Amino acid sequence: MSQRYEIRFSGAGGQGLILAGVIMAEAASIYDGKQAVQSQSYGPEARGGASKSEVIVSDDFIDYPKATVVDALLALTQEAADKYSHDLKEGGVLLIDSDLVKNVPPGNFKTVAFPIINTAKNEVGREIVANIVALGAMVALTGVVTKESAEKAVLARVPEAFLELNKKAFNMGFDKATAAQA
Amino acid sequence: MAKKVAFLQGNEAAAQGALYAGCTFFGGYPITPSTEVAEVMSNELPKIGGKFIQMEDEIGAMASVIGASLTGAKVLTATSGPGLSLKQELIGYACIAETPCVIVNVMRGGPSTGMPTGPSQSDVMCAKWGTHGDHAAICLTPASVQELFEETVRAFNLAEKYRMPVMVMPDEIVAHMRERIVFPEPGELEVVNRTAPSVGPAEYKPYDTSFGDVPPLAAFGSGYKFHVTGLNKGQDGFPTTKAAWVQAEEERQIRKVDANVDDIVQFEEYELADAEVAVVAFGSTSRSARFAVNEARKQGIKAGLFRIKTFWPFPDKQIAALAGKVKRIITPEMNLGMCTGEVKRCAEGKTEVVGIFRVDGEPINPGQILEKIKEVK
Repeated sequence: MSQRYEIRFSGAGGQGLILAGVIMAEAASIYDGKQAVQSQSYGPEARGGASKSEVIVSDDFIDYPKATVVDALLALTQEAADKYSHDLKEGGVLLIDSDLVKNVPPGNFKTVAFPIINTAKNEVGREIVANIVALGAMVALTGVVTKESAEKAVLARVPEAFLELNKKAFNMGFDKATAAQA
Repeated sequence: MAKKVAFLQGNEAAAQGALYAGCTFFGGYPITPSTEVAEVMSNELPKIGGKFIQMEDEIGAMASVIGASLTGAKVLTATSGPGLSLKQELIGYACIAETPCVIVNVMRGGPSTGMPTGPSQSDVMCAKWGTHGDHAAICLTPASVQELFEETVRAFNLAEKYRMPVMVMPDEIVAHMRERIVFPEPGELEVVNRTAPSVGPAEYKPYDTSFGDVPPLAAFGSGYKFHVTGLNKGQDGFPTTKAAWVQAEEERQIRKVDANVDDIVQFEEYELADAEVAVVAFGSTSRSARFAVNEARKQGIKAGLFRIKTFWPFPDKQIAALAGKVKRIITPEMNLGMCTGEVKRCAEGKTEVVGIFRVDGEPINPGQILEKIKEVK
């Protein structure tokens, strides 16, 4: 892969999307030995408001650190899906939370949907790990980093008491996305 | 042994660069998008016996770093636009009292509180003319996380070498983005320490120009006693209004930088050898420009990039030479023409200078620059 691969995590402030982007970029940069840049944009609110975190992965030097044409987009809220799907490329992939994004934005891309936040809350057991469920799903859908590297990057970011919880969240997201796109 | 690598945010890299340079004091008043600099310093300084203090406001923060610097410490503060405005009175004090200090200012929208979380490049004039009166200015505008580390180290070196405040000004994008950084080993990057006086406390004068344009600075607490003021001062540091002396001293303080521009000014030239269209850019905008230059080259357009690393002193003679060589210069920047004005000044009408200005909180994207390259070629 010498081309840029562009990933955008979007939703509301406080959902942990910046961290999800950071972990994805760390997996690529530190564990997979690729080039990666992570950037973010958010409103002045600490919670709520549309928020996005972008990751560019490439084998070559990355100049422009922001997205140009997005290859893969995660939208955890309707507002984010409406605001951030305009530059998703043809043939790209959109992952949405099926409970929260009722109006799927139109476009020539593949849409994958499953109840991400509900999975975190009821199947993993804690809503707070919804970002890690989403990250696992994005790793499965993009294939831009290896599953092993991504899992290592997740575990390196998590306090010891929560290792199992996050491992479960990551794998559940990975498996659900794999099943949902089949 | 393999070097230590990390995936770091720009602001974190600035703080790590300060620690590498030997910074032992941070005085600040946290403000987004610079807060992470203070955050890292508050965690790290106590571990090495340094001091972190959050002051009552930005003016107090600036005063605290000046005081700490006079005790011999290498000092840092970090802020953003509105905080930089407040610090200006004391930045002028640091200029006239010739006190080394480093100010990291992360550029967000302005004027006033402006757009707190959006990127901007509109503080570069404030770096030079923010505080009143004639004074020299050094301002560095890094474009990557690695460079933010290295340029913060260099800022400390220049502050200590020329005995003056030095600003590091990443835009919000460079300050908040994360990239892989390779930490230099101790000793790998040059670290300049302050010149100590070669005379004893009895003979010491804090502005003794017989030692050159940068007189040695003694540390309070080491037995040396001297007067420090914001007024024009004599060699002993006490106020003076002697006309000839004040004139000579004002000129010396400007000369510290003017006579050493080649030691201070750094820049990067990319694909300029045969270029007909040159993009002159700095900070994150230079990364968009590089992308656009590569795209233009693919389409057979001879485009190149002059990347400004040191914004002040401005790379006057390099821009003048560039203007004599290319057909057009394009100046994209996240303000309404601050760098463009300087480039026009240096170009002296030798070539047309076309700006691309954006102040809506969005970055200038490569497509915008490519479009302009095609338009003017």
